[in-house]
Order: sequence, then C-alpha cells, then structure tokens
Amino acid sequence: MLALSDFLILGAVMFGLSIAGIFINRKNIIILLMAIELMLLAVNMNFIAFSHFLGDTAGQVFVFFILTVAAAEAAIGLAILVVLFRNKRTINVTELDSMKG
Amino acid sequence: MVEKIIFYIFAFIMVFGATMVITVRNPVRAALFLVLTFFASAAIWMLLEAEFLAITLVLVYVGAVMVLFLFVVMMLDINTARLKEGFIRYLPVGIGVAILLVVMLVGVVGPENFSLDKMAAPERHGIDYSNTRELGSVLYTVYVYPFEIAAVILLVAIVAAIALTLRKRPTTKYQNPDSQISVKRADRVRMVKMKSEDRK
Repeated sequence: MLALSDFLILGAVMFGLSIAGIFINRKNIIILLMAIELMLLAVNMNFIAFSHFLGDTAGQVFVFFILTVAAAEAAIGLAILVVLFRNKRTINVTELDSMKG
Repeated sequence: MVEKIIFYIFAFIMVFGATMVITVRNPVRAALFLVLTFFASAAIWMLLEAEFLAITLVLVYVGAVMVLFLFVVMMLDINTARLKEGFIRYLPVGIGVAILLVVMLVGVVGPENFSLDKMAAPERHGIDYSNTRELGSVLYTVYVYPFEIAAVILLVAIVAAIALTLRKRPTTKYQNPDSQISVKRADRVRMVKMKSEDRK
C-alpha cells in the first residue's frame, strides 16, 4: 500500500525541481512562469494527498480554487509578457532595466 | 502492489518531465514537457480518488493554459541562445538550493512522520461513489461565497488580459457611430434642379 509520505515526497521533489528551474532559467520569463506552474502543481499534490488520507473534501475544494487563480494568473502574466515584447522587442530579464533608479 | 507500480511509473514521468521543462533550450519543448508532467500528475490524482480534479487539470491546464503558453511562445520571436546565457553559471547554485530544500522537506514529510502506521490508508470508496457529486455538494453550499469570488477573479482576468493587449493603431480605419447617426440629409445629398433630357 502507498503511504502518505510517498505522495508528499513526490510533491517535495517537484517543488525542489521548480526552485532549481527558477535559479537556472533566470533570463527567460516564459520558463519562469512554467516553473511557477510546476510549483503550484507540487502544492496541489500535497493538498490532494492530505485530503485523501484524512477523508476530508476541503483539500480538494482548495485545489479547485488554486487552479482557478493559477489560470487567471497565467492569462494576465502572458498578457503582460506580450505587451512587454511589443514595446521592448525582448523578454530577456537582464535587458528589462528601464525602472533602474 | 499494482497501485505501487502505477504510482512509481507516473511519478518517474512527472520528475522526468519537470527536469526537462527546466533544462531544455527550446521554450516550445519546455511547454510540451510541462503538458506531459500535467498528464502524469492527473494520473496520480486519479490514484488518490480525486477524479474530478484530475479531469479538470487535463481540461483546464492542458486544454487552456498550456495552449495559451504555446500560443505566446510561438507568437514571440525569441532569441533562445541569448536567454540561455548564465545557464552553466547558475546551475550549481540552483542544484544546491534544490537539494537543500528537498532534504529539509523530506525530513519533515518523510516516512518517520507520515508512514502507513502513523497515518493509515483510508478505505477505498465503493463503485457508486461519485467524487464530482461529493465536491459539488460542498462547493455550492459551504464554499459558495469563495466560489463566487473565484468567478469574479476569472472575470477580472478576462478584462485585464483584453485591456492589456488591446492596441489602437492610429492608421486603423474605424467607424464613429456618434457622427454617423447625427448626420443630416443636407450633408450628404444635394438636390439639383435640371431639365430632363429629350428622348432620342
């Protein structure tokens, strides 16, 4: 039988991978957004695992709302990205320094 | 035993997909590997009897969010070589932080706290159990207020995404309904008095 710790460790590994992704892809905003999606997926995995093992649907309801907010966040983030590219012709984080004091 | 095999197959696919997402050079490939990761995680959620959310993940994430990602990635003309600069430089830091984080997290959520004898696996539901019905019966009663707030958040996202990307080009020709309906007949038509021509 699968224990709760198996699912939680999988979630922890996914979270660690997405943290590493944010560190090594710090130039590319698109990959950064994808790493954030991975992070949310890891958190959702924990919620669902606890919801199953504790027999409480509240965890699944929470995942439902996280999915909603993540979809809204991705839509707005990509819209900002498109506007940014239209104005600056680049999405390289190091070249987006116009707000430097 | 079968459950364990299924879990380890899909967990491996998930970790492999996530590793490829953060390491591949081409953002289109990264998006496609992210789709693979979402599919594998939907399978694991099915194993946890969260069927509704597994299907929602495939429909909403793979069907909508990832298509949006692919759309944007393919629409922007990105110089991927420039964006990969510093990949090697930050690789040791990234791996170090990730390993440290995973070790600490596993120390908390590992087998000594959440093994089977600490938290027993629940009974499997019968064949007449509906996860969607269960979720819906709390979503529309206990959580109806957060549910409506979620709807408003989606509306705000629609309005914000359209308002951000809407662009008015000065060269675009468009109609002005105000001046269209306030036009007088005399502005457009001029009556000319003239004699009719003779028939030949």
